[in-house]
Amino acid sequence: MELEMSFFSMGGYAYFVWFSYGISAIVLLANALLPVMKEKKLLREIARRAREASKN
Amino acid sequence: MITIPFHKYGTPKYFYSWSLRLRPWLKYGCILLFTAGLVGGLWIAPTDYQQGESFRIIYVHVPAAWMSLFVYIVMALAGACGLIWHVKLGDIVARACAPLGAWFTFLALLTGSLWGKPMWGTYWVWDARLTSELILLFLYLGYIALQGAIDDRRTAARAGAILAIVGTVNIPIVHYSVEWWNTLHQGPTVSKLDAPSMDTTMLIPLLVMALAYNLYFVAVLFERVRCEILEFERNKNWVNELTQPKGIV
Repeated sequence: MELEMSFFSMGGYAYFVWFSYGISAIVLLANALLPVMKEKKLLREIARRAREASKN
Repeated sequence: MITIPFHKYGTPKYFYSWSLRLRPWLKYGCILLFTAGLVGGLWIAPTDYQQGESFRIIYVHVPAAWMSLFVYIVMALAGACGLIWHVKLGDIVARACAPLGAWFTFLALLTGSLWGKPMWGTYWVWDARLTSELILLFLYLGYIALQGAIDDRRTAARAGAILAIVGTVNIPIVHYSVEWWNTLHQGPTVSKLDAPSMDTTMLIPLLVMALAYNLYFVAVLFERVRCEILEFERNKNWVNELTQPKGIV
């Protein structure tokens, strides 16, 4: 328990350390997930257009 | 003798298919390296005798700062390939690099100032390293603004490539600023491989994190490039065939 407490408090630098890691994680995750979602959306749109074109 | 058809692999169609095959490797490679780097950086690395626990910020600061320079070089080189040899993929890669590079620069500046506050006593100081890194951020933002302002893609790519190439003068300035000027920012610690001024249990997690950031960059760059390809080649046959056989919906 004591060890865990010192890990999270980072020797009194908790705010600076965890803010750095937190913002890095948010920025990197968002930058990774957004293009993945965009690619899926684009592929769905292309598939839909292809289906519509084959109907006509 | 086998000749490798490089020109073929450089076309958007082939890039799309081979980068898709690489995707799982990049994804799991990233997860593995980030996990190892974080465990090493947050748990295994010992507390610094001068800086205490705050030194752990370097594991997210230094890789971001290295990437901010590396991505710029990739962007300028890709832009030059598009400009000089009219390689279409070059234009697309340069375009996809800019936002990523800007985010890495943003992270380097922000985590740097979060380290500077407890260590230097200030979030910001106008010294050569910090100022040239801020100029790097403006170069990225200028490139992005230029892409948004010009409707014609060819013209936008050409103007962007010229801006990126001219802006490379800032790269050695950022890199050598700590040697050329007497800055508050410390000099290089890692590149002195003959006499490393860092303990190996501190250094190895940093190198692992740097590798993780590099792999992450490649993975996300490929994802962004694939999006650009899908958007601008959507009327081509091969793109429509992508969704046909397996019916990805």
